[in-house]
This record gives sequence, C-alpha cells and structure tokens, in this order.
Amino acid sequence: MIETDLAVIGGGPAGLAAAIEARRNGVRNVTIIERDREPGGILQQCIHSGFGLHIMKEELTGPEYADRFIRQAGQLGIDFRLNTMALGISPNREVSIVNSYDGATAIKAGAVILAMGCRERTRGALNIPGTRPAGIYTAGTAQRLVNMDGYLPGKNIVILGSGDIGLIMARRLTLEGATVKMVCELMPYSSGLTRNIVQCLHDYDIPLALNHTVVGIHGTERLEGVTVAQVDTERRPIPGTNRYIECDTLLLSVGLIPENELTRTAGIEMDSATGGPAVNESMETSLEGVFACGNVVHVHDLVDNVSRESMLAGRCAAQYIAGQRGKNKDARVLFTVAGNDVSYVVPQRIRSEYVQSESKLFFRVKREFRQAKAVIRSNGETIYTKNVLRAVPGEMESIAISSDLLGRVKGRDIVISMER
Amino acid sequence: MIYDVAIIGAGVIGSMIARELSRYCVKACLIEKEADVAMGTSKANSGIIHAGYNDKPGTLKAKFNMLGNEMMARVSKELDVHFKRTGSLVLAFNEADFANIKELYYRGIANGVPEMKILDGAQARAMEPNVSHDVIGALYSPTAGIICPYELNIAAAENAVQNGVEIFLDNEVKSISKEKGLFLIKTSKGRIRSRYAVNAAGVYADAISSMAGECDYTIKPRKGEYILLDKSQGGLVHTVIFQPPSKMGKGILITPTVDNNLLLGPTAEDVDDREDTRTTAPGLEEIIRGARKSVPAFDLKETITSFAGLRAISSTGDFVIKASERVKGFINVGGIQSPGLTASPQIAKHVVEILENEGLALKEKSGFNPERRRVLRFNEMSLEEKNEAIKNDSGFGNVICRCETVTEAEVIDCIRRPLGARSLDGIKRRTRAGMGRCQGGFCGPKVMAILSRELGIPMDGVTKKGGGSKMLAGKTK
Repeated sequence: MIETDLAVIGGGPAGLAAAIEARRNGVRNVTIIERDREPGGILQQCIHSGFGLHIMKEELTGPEYADRFIRQAGQLGIDFRLNTMALGISPNREVSIVNSYDGATAIKAGAVILAMGCRERTRGALNIPGTRPAGIYTAGTAQRLVNMDGYLPGKNIVILGSGDIGLIMARRLTLEGATVKMVCELMPYSSGLTRNIVQCLHDYDIPLALNHTVVGIHGTERLEGVTVAQVDTERRPIPGTNRYIECDTLLLSVGLIPENELTRTAGIEMDSATGGPAVNESMETSLEGVFACGNVVHVHDLVDNVSRESMLAGRCAAQYIAGQRGKNKDARVLFTVAGNDVSYVVPQRIRSEYVQSESKLFFRVKREFRQAKAVIRSNGETIYTKNVLRAVPGEMESIAISSDLLGRVKGRDIVISMER
Repeated sequence: MIYDVAIIGAGVIGSMIARELSRYCVKACLIEKEADVAMGTSKANSGIIHAGYNDKPGTLKAKFNMLGNEMMARVSKELDVHFKRTGSLVLAFNEADFANIKELYYRGIANGVPEMKILDGAQARAMEPNVSHDVIGALYSPTAGIICPYELNIAAAENAVQNGVEIFLDNEVKSISKEKGLFLIKTSKGRIRSRYAVNAAGVYADAISSMAGECDYTIKPRKGEYILLDKSQGGLVHTVIFQPPSKMGKGILITPTVDNNLLLGPTAEDVDDREDTRTTAPGLEEIIRGARKSVPAFDLKETITSFAGLRAISSTGDFVIKASERVKGFINVGGIQSPGLTASPQIAKHVVEILENEGLALKEKSGFNPERRRVLRFNEMSLEEKNEAIKNDSGFGNVICRCETVTEAEVIDCIRRPLGARSLDGIKRRTRAGMGRCQGGFCGPKVMAILSRELGIPMDGVTKKGGGSKMLAGKTK
C-alpha cells in the first residue's frame, strides 16, 4: 500500500492543473496516476496551435501547453506514477493500481481527483451497416498514428462528424498528402468550433455536407467506399439521396464520451445528460473527498476551460484535505436544472457558502440560437436574464455564479432555459 | 509428404475433427483459406450450447445435440475455454406460442432432454425479472449454456497443432483430384496429398464436395446479424432467452455472453453470396424490435458493435455427415448449422469413426495431451496471482487494453504460442484486447506496435485480419 495526501487519476490537462493547484494550496504529497509513458494526455498528439489563448494569452501547440504544466508539476515535486493503470476506487479512497514496478497494489489517499478524460464514440455505437474492413478509425486514433507514430492511416478519406478532432484531422491529413473527400455532418450545423471550420475545411476547399451521414460501409479486407445519404429533420436517411464515395479510410468524429467506468463502479452518482459524475460547486462528487474535473465531468471545447475547472477542483480538494470542508453536512443545497433547449448544466449542486469567486454555471444549448436570451428561474420566477448573440451546441455557454444571483434564488432549484 | 487425412476448413468443426484425430498415430493436416482459424460461421454465431429440444427425434441434429451438450463440460475443461451452463427460456407471448413451446417440451422429452419445465408468465419473470410483461409462459431448460464460439475453435485448433496436426492457413482449395488412390488437393499456395479428405468447409462445403466429384447436396447461406452490447447490459438476463422458433430458425434471442456482454440476434435472411456478411439497416432494426419484445429494458446506447455470420443450410435439412459412396475416402461434414457448435465434439468423434470404417488405422498416440491452457488473463487473477505474475513477467504490469484490462504479457503470449495470432483481429479474439467499448481506439496502435515487433514486420505491414486488410497506408511525409 502506497500512501499519499492526494491521488489524481489521469495526467492529462485536467489532472496536471488540479495537482499543481492542490500542491500550491498546501497539499504536501500529490501523486498523479498516468497510464501512458509520459504525462500530458491527449495534448501530446495535438500538435496544432490554438491552446492557451484564454488563460495564457498566447497561442501554443498541445505539447507546448502540456509542457508548461509538466514543468511546474516537476518543480513542485509532484509524484508521477507513469505506465500505471488505475483499476478501481474504494469508498475509503483507496485507488487500486497496476504497473510493472509497483505491481498490483493500492494508493491510499486523503482525497482523490478523477481526471480520466474521455473516449471517442465508435462505429459500433452508431450501428453503421455494412462490412467490417480495415480502414475505419476514430479521428483521435488516426491523430495518434499520424502525429505520434508517424504513419498515415490512408490516402482517400471521408470523415463522418464535424467534431473538432475530425476537422483538425481533415487539415492534418491534407497536409500529409492525403485527399479528404468530404466531411459529413448528421446535424444541420457543425459541432466543431467555428474557427476550425474556417481554418481546417474552408482554407483547404474540403466540402462539409451538413444533414448527411454514412449509411453503408463497403469492402471486405480494406475499406473500398462508403455510401452517404442526406437525412431529414428526424435525422433519418432520405431515400434516393444515396451516393457512393470511393475511399480507403473512414474517420469518425462523432462525439466524445466521458470515461467513467471507475466512477460508476465506485458507486458515484452520475448525470445521464453529461455522462459524467454529478458534482457540486467545488467539483466534489457524491463520494466525500472524491473530486472530478475536465472531460470526465463533461466534454469541454477548449483545454483552457479544462485547466480552469481543474484548478478549482485542486484548490477545493486542498481545502478538504486541510479539514476546511465536509463538516457542514446540513448546508443548503441548490440543484441546477437544464430547462428549455438546454441539454445539461454543470455543476449539478451548489452550496452557497462554498462558492468560489470564479465559480460558473456551464451549460450547452440543444440547437442553434441567434439573438436569444439565457434565462434563469427559481421557483418559477425569473431571477436572471442574459442576452446571447449566438449559441450553438458545439460551444459551451457559461454564467458566473455571483452572490447577487444566489441572493435572488427563492427555492432550491436553479433552472436555465434558452428563449428567443 | 503424404498425409493420412487432410481436413478442409478450420472452423470449429474442422478444428474439432483435427483435435480428435490427433489422439491417434495419424498424419493429419488442416487446410484453411483465411489467415486464421475461426474466420467464418464459427466466429459469428450465437455461441449457444443448446439443450436439445429443437430438432425432430431421429435427426442427426437431435442426436448429436444431446451428445455434444453432454460432452461440452469435459471438452471445455480440457481446452480451458469459458463455458457456462446458464439454462435457457423459450418465451410464449400468446396461446399459439404456448402450444409451440409445449411441442418443444414433448420433442425434448423424446430427445432425452433432462429437467425441462413449463413455466407460467409469473414464474418466468421470477426467474428473469427483465423479460416482458406480455410473456404468458416459457419453456425452461437448465442444461442449455453459453460458450465463446471462436474461443472453442481456436482452442481446439491449437490443441490439435500441439498434438502434431499441421495447419496451412491462407490456402484456398482450388481443385481436388484423385491420383493413384491419393487425393491431390491444389490450393492457392501449393499441393497437398492425402489418403483421406474431410470436407468441413462450412458455406463452401457443397463446392468442395463437387470438386471431389460428389454433389448430392447443396448449401444455401442464411445470414444472421447480431448486435453486441457493453458489459453494463450483460446482467439484464442470466439465461438464454429465445422466442418460439419458426421455419427460418430459432428467432431473435437475447443472451449474456461468457464475457458478460449482452448479445442480441440473429436475423435470418437467405443470401446468394457466400461472403455476404454485411450488416443491414433493416436487419439491425429487426434485431432491436425482436429483442425488445422479449426484454424491453436494454440500453441501445451501450452498443459496442454489430456483425453478421452465415449459417450453412443444407438441401437435406439435416447435417450431412457421411463418407462419399462415389469418391472413396472423401468424407462430407456439411450443412452444420445450429446446433452445430453444440454438436461439434460429437461430430468430431463420429467423423473419426467414419474414417476408421473407411479403413483408416487408428492407433492411440502415447504422447497425446488433451489439455490446452488458455492465455492467462490478468483480469481473472486474484491480487496475489497478479503480483506473482508481474514478478515473473513485468509485461503483466503493462495494461494495453484498458476496456478489458489486457496486459502486454497476454498479447505476447497469444502471438508466440502455437497457431499464434498474426493480426489485430487474431489478438482480439485470443485476448479480448480491442473487444471492449472503445473498440481498439486506445489499444489499436499499441497492439500494432507489438505485432510489428514480435513478427519482425514493419508497422505498415500489420493487418486487421490477414490478406489485404492493411491497417496503414505508409509513413507520413
């Protein structure tokens, strides 16, 4: 058994920021459990720039952004257990781990931060009919192969889904000499950032087919082509719109799923809307002393937001370890609710006395809005209104949790809705 | 080299026959057109060990089902494959169904199926709380079970190879002739001579039989599509849940797998193309609709993958297992559809008896070892066993596939053993790396690197399933 004050599961952007912030707030022993051979997580394969614009006010590549945090963690004496897999968490905060140097053992921690990130949705989850040849990759796997391993997954490429990784890979593969024939998007809008649509598709004349999906996969050994079809407003393929596109590779960028098998098996309360654990204003889960941050809680668009959220989790975990938390069990708890045209709200619970200066309500809209309003109601009464010029499901919205706002809450619920 | 027996087809039937033959001082070889064993029907079926009430008394199917079911406990133990006697329920939703399951019950009695019971709706739901409230009765058979079909197939082939059977993969049989009393089997790679030839070619069995000059039956492929759900859904049912059978087969079933996933399917669609294992939108919809009728509660968002296999339906309606009268020494083992997997150990035994009747001398081999050990699975070990394993081989401390917790040591073991894995799918079926919810998204590149290193091939030579199924197009600029 290994003992530590804080165990952080995952050494990606979330885990690094949380660990550093906890250390800076007085936690003596911080251990990061990382399954890869180096920390940094998915940032290491994101060699494009655009990271850090918000919190560092400069434009970095993924590895550069990660490196800033890794250096700080090193200077602060944070313990990295690399090539190590976390296999479970017990209610008394023992994390069972395995690696080749400690063997199969457990890390007993004063507090735990879950920072496992997310995984990509696969072809199977979409039930795309057809054959099962080689040449079908999730966009992130293709990105790893190209940027880390130095291999090209294929030469003639169709991308399904216009999530950010898919858009970034459309550009990346074009630069590597592959032909990206088209990007299909099931919805009438892209789920990716606008800047990526412009910089990765428009700049390279790659067509984006909105309201289109892949309805057939062909080829027995290696992929030979796909059938794409237009879809109606119910997202069902429209008969007669089928088109065969010859290609040797299909990349899927069809959504990210918070990686919560550990969380679920630990019995932590989940939010089915986010796919992550339900958290409070301090990023603490339903299991006392277990915090969570980053994409394991809800999928973010920008790593800057992941870092910010994780710093909050790290600081609150430090306060918990220092005994400044968890005593006030009777604290008045407010519940956030996703109202009209809002798909989810994080955090799910708020205790007013623990709200931090930077605490925000994060939410996503269900469809595209222009010139609309975000409205907060409590007990049926409107307590806050914010004008929104444009909102799309692909970009996260936020509202600061001010003491002024909390003072106006009448009931126990805080309902966020979108209105024209 | 002249073989005593050449077996064509390394599916579960061919592999079980090879293993059975390897008990004797017989020079046998197994010929397979694909790059691995278990590449046809044997890798894509329901994986059910049937109780034996489905087929009419007097058929080979009925007889061999009963005998095979009994043998499976011992065979699975010897071959160290996962087998669970879960029991099965055939659900009745109306009076016509109820009459149907009663008929199955009496057929089961006639076939000798033990311990069956007719349940009412409440009893069925008491046993399986997630079955539909529309169920008015069920036939319960405790002797039915589940097995992983490709695991059994790989294990049997591996055990056969350990006991001296030679295997020729990537050898598609092109012609069969007889010269001076010997079969001359020409394949895509070379020529093989043998005294006897056993045809276990699955959906191609009639074509192979015709090559040899015997064409007294035909095979029609019948496609079955399946949907596999994550382990989060595996606990919804504990027994195999059938619907009443129709003339097309046993209908859509819903079953846990030995690896705790939930399997839904199959459809039943007659097709012409013997390679048509495409899934289809209507097929997948039919599975969902059919499975919901039995168990409404599964969460389709937890889908891991969908796939399809072909059943070999013979024109005779029964298994075709006999020596050719026209071509001396040629044994047909065709039309092995359900309950072929269940029957496979008995079919193997029977085929060896036929060979003996045809004149093959069977002298028991002293060194025969019926036991084969599976790849040690890290996630099945106790904490002490895990630490012991890591101490002996640090590769057990390196988790490659995180969905299924498969370690580097397991991947290497399955490559280095006899009949080792040569492709990503080969590794997936032997260790489950890539079989989980992320479908190889994370472990794929790592497994490719291990394959490249172990086989001494470049990364861009690594395939998904042999042949032209290359994973990569080359190096980047």
